[in-house]
Amino acid sequence: MAKKPKKKKEPLPPISSWGHIVALAWLLPGGGHFIQKRHGRGAILAGAVVLTFLFGIFMRGTMFEPRTGDLLTTVIYVGGFLGNLASGILYLLSNWLGYAQADVAGHVHDYGTKFLVAAGLMNVLAMVDAFEIAAGRKS
Amino acid sequence: MPTMSLSHFEATLLFALVISAVLGVTGRKTDRERLVYGLRCFGYFLVTVVGLGWLMYFGHR
Repeated sequence: MAKKPKKKKEPLPPISSWGHIVALAWLLPGGGHFIQKRHGRGAILAGAVVLTFLFGIFMRGTMFEPRTGDLLTTVIYVGGFLGNLASGILYLLSNWLGYAQADVAGHVHDYGTKFLVAAGLMNVLAMVDAFEIAAGRKS
Repeated sequence: MPTMSLSHFEATLLFALVISAVLGVTGRKTDRERLVYGLRCFGYFLVTVVGLGWLMYFGHR
């Protein structure tokens, strides 16, 4: 049977063409789309990330702080911190305004913590999408 | 500051809704494909949540 031809890896465009867009997409959820005139998609992404983050705050979720120890502790706390940090200005603002929720038992708080991390992870997807548009891989 | 207290089902439904919207927007190339993919993801989430719910119900009997 004939082998499928390997898909050629596309070369990475120069960082000057997408670096500022990805940085803006991180700082302002949906910003990477707005600056590239994808207003509809930008609005949906911004709305989803902001709503998820606010729901997380209203459910009194906990923000992760990087902590190391055994492998599982490191993965959970450093990963959680990076997830929180990926929300951009939302995370920075909540920190600056003094949001500090202790980790308490209860399913609502627990969902809140997950919502806060999920907001950051959704923003990562938005950043990747903004990069692909800037790199010309997507319309 | 306002607070929210959702049940497991409500929180999961809300989560599924926003995640599906983001996956739909970022995962496909045309608007129609995005809509279909987003709805499909939401459907998968719902089926999984209800399925796992019943599984846990019978597991705890």
